[in-house]
Amino acid sequence: MPASLIDGNSLLAVDIGTVTTRAAYFDVVEGHYRFIAMGQAPTTCNAPMKNVALGVQMAIQNLQSVIGKPLIDNEGHLTIPSQPDGVGVDSMVTTLSAGPAIKTLLVGLLADVSLKSVETLAQTTYLRIVDRIGLNDQRRPDQQVDAIVRHSPELVLIAGGVDGGATSSIQKVLEIIGLAAYLLPEAKRPAVLYAGNQELAGEVEQSLNNIASQVKISSNVRPSLDVENLAPAQRDLSSLVVKVREQQMPELADLRQLSNGVILLSAYAQGRMIRFLSSYFDSGKGVLSVDAGASAISIGASFKSNLYLNVFPQFGLGEPLAGLLRHTTLDEIMRWIALEIPPEMVRDYLYQKSLYPAATPATVEELAIEQAVLRQNLQLAARIMASRLPPTLRGRDGLLPSFEPILASGAAITGAATPGQKLMMLLDGLQPTGIATLALDQNNLLSMLGAASETNSILPIQVIDSGALAYLATVIAPVGKGPYGTPILRAKLVREDGTQQAVEVKIGNLQILPVENGQTARLELRPLRRADIGLGPGKGADLDVPGSMLGVVIDARGRPLHLPAETDQRRELLNKWLTMVGG
Amino acid sequence: MIAPVTHILALTTVVRTRLLPAPGRIIAKVGQKVASTDVVGDAIVGRKHIIVDFAQQLDQPPKKAATFLKVKKGQKVSHGEVMGATSGLFPREVEAPAEGRVVAIGGGKLVLETGGVSYEMVAGIPGVISDVMADRGVVIRATGAVIQGVYGNGRLETGVMVSLFEKPDDVLSASSIDVNLRGSIVIAGHVDNPAVIKSAAELPLRGMILASITPNVLSAVAQAPFPVLITDGFGRRPMNTAAFKLLTTNVKREVTLNAEIYDRQNGTRPEVFITLPISQEPAEARSMETFAPGQTVRVCYLARPSAIGTLVQLRPGLSVLPSGLKAPAAEIRLETGEQVLVPLTNLEVLG
Repeated sequence: MPASLIDGNSLLAVDIGTVTTRAAYFDVVEGHYRFIAMGQAPTTCNAPMKNVALGVQMAIQNLQSVIGKPLIDNEGHLTIPSQPDGVGVDSMVTTLSAGPAIKTLLVGLLADVSLKSVETLAQTTYLRIVDRIGLNDQRRPDQQVDAIVRHSPELVLIAGGVDGGATSSIQKVLEIIGLAAYLLPEAKRPAVLYAGNQELAGEVEQSLNNIASQVKISSNVRPSLDVENLAPAQRDLSSLVVKVREQQMPELADLRQLSNGVILLSAYAQGRMIRFLSSYFDSGKGVLSVDAGASAISIGASFKSNLYLNVFPQFGLGEPLAGLLRHTTLDEIMRWIALEIPPEMVRDYLYQKSLYPAATPATVEELAIEQAVLRQNLQLAARIMASRLPPTLRGRDGLLPSFEPILASGAAITGAATPGQKLMMLLDGLQPTGIATLALDQNNLLSMLGAASETNSILPIQVIDSGALAYLATVIAPVGKGPYGTPILRAKLVREDGTQQAVEVKIGNLQILPVENGQTARLELRPLRRADIGLGPGKGADLDVPGSMLGVVIDARGRPLHLPAETDQRRELLNKWLTMVGG
Repeated sequence: MIAPVTHILALTTVVRTRLLPAPGRIIAKVGQKVASTDVVGDAIVGRKHIIVDFAQQLDQPPKKAATFLKVKKGQKVSHGEVMGATSGLFPREVEAPAEGRVVAIGGGKLVLETGGVSYEMVAGIPGVISDVMADRGVVIRATGAVIQGVYGNGRLETGVMVSLFEKPDDVLSASSIDVNLRGSIVIAGHVDNPAVIKSAAELPLRGMILASITPNVLSAVAQAPFPVLITDGFGRRPMNTAAFKLLTTNVKREVTLNAEIYDRQNGTRPEVFITLPISQEPAEARSMETFAPGQTVRVCYLARPSAIGTLVQLRPGLSVLPSGLKAPAAEIRLETGEQVLVPLTNLEVLG
């Protein structure tokens, strides 16, 4: 019997987001772990509360009222483990994404080797790069020192040198970092993660230990020139970032103690979970996760044990929106809006929403703008993500490769008014290719389950198996050549109840073949004119598809998706597509 | 649910903490009365550093070179001063390349700290120093009217307030900025043209309190040499009536316009402060509220911009909004008499 079933039953998972703090309760029901309920409250890391524990407490209180069971005692303390009278919970895990992006200095040697690897590492979490120092830096050492003192980074990520290689270059750089850290006031000294030549690890620890606020030695991200190994450093970075956060939010130390000594960053925990799911689903393709949050969009792609994780603070749907037009144009956002909305209103939306990141679209117009921004930001993030994948894994035309499944979270997606809206945001933003199941993590459980898997390997599997993810649709995206309206695919769906539906799908169209939740159906796909459904030109397939909110969706609009340049025509088409998927 | 609070109060007591960007000197004392532009502390910021490789200059190994140094850590040196020298047939010297202070010595090198500019921290609000944090900052207590904004360009001034609008949604044009306004703090409605800010800078004005700006004006506002505070946000938004009434009834009074940058984490916000005579100190403004019927609230999102109303009822559970989304919401009776459903996330309590 797995150890996790011997010593633990109920689990409280807390996720502290930028806007919302969630508390989820998992327990054993009829011998299997189940997600029972969720409580939530506003995150309280900002003024006037400036105490993240208050939001956690309110979320747990909210949860208590849902499950009808006390978890917190009269003195406000969480009861761990649970008592014979049923009060309390057996264990707790915590994930965190709240807090401003951490000011980070990148240090490496060669721009396209260690400096690039350390930048890729930085992009896996909630960091803001303030400067880079490498061998090609033209500044004098004292100018570099002044730059570091001026930026006052909270975190320094250092890589450089292959294991067993020369040490003198990296020693020179370390001298500069050490000097700059020494010159900073003690309260402002940065934490340091060293992931370079391991021969210098001891020296780094010794020389920086008394100068930096924290020093963490990790495995070399470039053990040799042609090998990049980010996984161990990702974990160490996640833990170091949490320690930096503990300096900003001292209450986290208590939460860490309650959480068996570990708080994980949400993006890292989500990455762990999709890496696990990649093996679990074993679809032969990778698993993709997308989390659209107020502070950042995070995209994780896992191909078995290889995880590619990217956090995009510039595309967050809250405060970062004031800077969005540095990365895109109003026209690019406007092209996704089917309503007659003046561009000025969209521009004003971006700035006003940055002032009120938690605001909810109350009118149809506000919702149309929010969903257009989300489409555009997803598309930008997906393009960058695709370009950062190894060449062998990249899709065609700068798109992401084919995944199975694609998991989406974030209230802007999962909380949309209709399944059709949720679908269209994901189809337009990510432009999935081939055959993919779209699933919604409606309760933002993935990062919590990723954290839970640290101590309990059974719980995440059983919770996922119990239907914690909501299946939105099975998407087939045939790609072929020909003018609009050319037949590209014949599809026949045979449902469990014997009903059948056969369609011929034309280029430019969206087609839905409903399969109810809880049912399965047999789908026969026969591409025409050598169209590709992700299996190679002209190759068809017969497959079983699960029931979902929308069933089978055949998206023959092309990849990459091109929208008509003429405004009225484009709006008409956007409305038509939305109507086709149920509005 | 916890409610964000914006202070628009005709008479209140506020407590504000001012911190130096780097350790420095606190000049003010507990109990001292201060004006908003009084300097309460100072520090040197933006210092430069020069690394001097004295071992190389003395042509000695680092450890031995250190024995020839004539300066110690913390010591001030003047430009050209000899910091170390060897003797013998071919003596060598190492001179200070600039005036400064030795801040580090090690490994055959020393670091000189030079330059820097004096940063003067002003009170930012007229009041009484109630606490002093050695080398770091002060706490100031003040009574008067306060109007908080949603955006500030990081500057501070005091001056006499002049109104350039009759209605909360008036648009200010560059031609309205004339020489009679020089040295005053102008209150106005919406600005959609950067030329308005440029005209104001040419006079110059002492400051601007605006209802809203279009985002294309933001760059001019950020670069303006005087403080600019926005009360209600971006796009064509009128000034909320609470701020409009309070500001327009205090025209010709001297006000402090502290357009500091809105920092959600630490709670600092841009604000206008008007000192008022009092016989008894009023209660401190509450910084935290939970939504409850009877509260005065402001709608802060796109629909019904800047509208103020009274919270009539908190709806139980989730309500379906006109957008089709579901969210916790409240019934709000607007000043116009219209009753509307607004998600709680789009409301701020005024008080």
